[in-house]
Amino acid sequence: MNRFTLTLRTALAVFAICLGAATLSVPNAVAQSAQPVAPAAAHEEVLFRYLQMQGSGTVVGRVTIPDQKAATLIQPGGREFQETWRGPMKWIAAASIIGMLVLVGVFYTVKGPIRTTSGYAGRLIKRFRSIDVFAHWLTAASFVLLAITGLNITFGRYLLLPLLGPEAFTAWSEAAKVAHNFLGFPFTLGVLLMFVLFLKDNIFDKTDLRWFAQGGGMIGHAHPPARKFNGGQKIVYWATVFGGGALAVTGFILMFPFQIVTSIDGMQLTAQLHGIIAFLMIALIIGHIYLGSIGMEGAFSAMWSGKVDLNWAKEHHPLWVEEIMNPTRKDTLPAGAKGAGAD
Amino acid sequence: MARMKFLCDADRCIECNACVTACKNEHEVPWGINRRRVVTINDGKPGERSISMACMHCTDAPCAAVCPVDCFYTTADGVVLHSKDLCIGCGYCFYACPFGAPQYPRLGNFGSRGKMDKCTYCAGGPEADNTPAEYAKYGSNRLAEGKLPACAEMCSTKALLAGDGDIIAQIYAERVSTRGYGSGAWGWRTAYKDMVSG
Repeated sequence: MNRFTLTLRTALAVFAICLGAATLSVPNAVAQSAQPVAPAAAHEEVLFRYLQMQGSGTVVGRVTIPDQKAATLIQPGGREFQETWRGPMKWIAAASIIGMLVLVGVFYTVKGPIRTTSGYAGRLIKRFRSIDVFAHWLTAASFVLLAITGLNITFGRYLLLPLLGPEAFTAWSEAAKVAHNFLGFPFTLGVLLMFVLFLKDNIFDKTDLRWFAQGGGMIGHAHPPARKFNGGQKIVYWATVFGGGALAVTGFILMFPFQIVTSIDGMQLTAQLHGIIAFLMIALIIGHIYLGSIGMEGAFSAMWSGKVDLNWAKEHHPLWVEEIMNPTRKDTLPAGAKGAGAD
Repeated sequence: MARMKFLCDADRCIECNACVTACKNEHEVPWGINRRRVVTINDGKPGERSISMACMHCTDAPCAAVCPVDCFYTTADGVVLHSKDLCIGCGYCFYACPFGAPQYPRLGNFGSRGKMDKCTYCAGGPEADNTPAEYAKYGSNRLAEGKLPACAEMCSTKALLAGDGDIIAQIYAERVSTRGYGSGAWGWRTAYKDMVSG
């Protein structure tokens, strides 16, 4: 045996001993340090826990194919997504939507439509410009269609599938999915328009405090005064801006999967948020539709023709009527302006 | 009836990707779609292991639970299959799947996806067994011919096992007790709420 072989053998022996020692010391290393060393020969469970610590519950490795999503070996979060989808999501949806329908039904039966007590004056005053009306109905029409096609994803399988049969339900759902994707654009435009157009009349002030203190006049017969928009309408406005905005943002993220949000847990969260916000918005809008139509006499024309009856306006928005009828316009009038018919 | 499962012995897998190739070839899977892939964890570090992963054909499958059109079904052998005639390509099954199994052909504008494609355990789809229609949508139906999935049959080191869950778990347990180590049945706890000692 020559000298070289001997050296090699010694080196190998030392290496083997070191390797053995390293393997033996692994459990201690894992237990002691916050940044554990990868266990050399560990059980799946230990290795799984070690790998999970580096990410957010998922185990990610390396793949040789272009699709980097495939590098995620296991994401146990999928099971949680499944449970959330099956349980809480459906309960939140059912509770908020059916709850609001029941509330509106009870309100209509007990109190009936809110009438204009002094009768119609017959004189109309302008409440909304045509661009206001356009922005409202652009948002409204797209929202209703988005809500129907969206709810189909959550409840269609239970409510429509048994009625239509698998083939017809798939044909409808496929069309609904495409419609849902495209309607997101007019909806977003509508929300942006309304945000800009109605912003100046929707800043909360002291009048709203009084309005809320008196329950908006919805319970009892009080008629708390309001300016152009009352407290409740302002809530609907801000819910539309923030809720609608959130729906648009999460919607676009879902429309471009793994391109804006790149992680699987991020996509799961986005899908869940989109659903929950949508359910709450649908419930709110059901209440809004009720009060804007059969729930209150004289309200619908505001968003239809843009005009309302003077007496209706005096009863519901007296401060606004005062502002437009007796304008203290001195500060805003251009110099040299004359009243109509002054010449 | 058997309860078909996959088990990848990570201590045997050499990341040769023969299972991936076998699958692609067997079913003529289109470009960009991977029904099976090999993931290497701890790459270049101590504890490096490669695991071949595809649809695990879960018990109480998450994909089936979240599917808006209810297009999934489980066969008598415990294989989770779906109907491409009913799938609308919404992508929800990908969010729910713990193993990243569902694949979608890219279609048209935005992130719009075509009908989902995934590992069928070489068991085809709802169409009549081994018809051209079944082959075009789901690939070959080896199970109907009495064969096991091509990936596992092709595996050079027999790391990837396919067959009845109890039998492959038994084979794996024997291996572990013989050689004295084993890193466990990857994904079994998540897929079957079950595990193999090793």
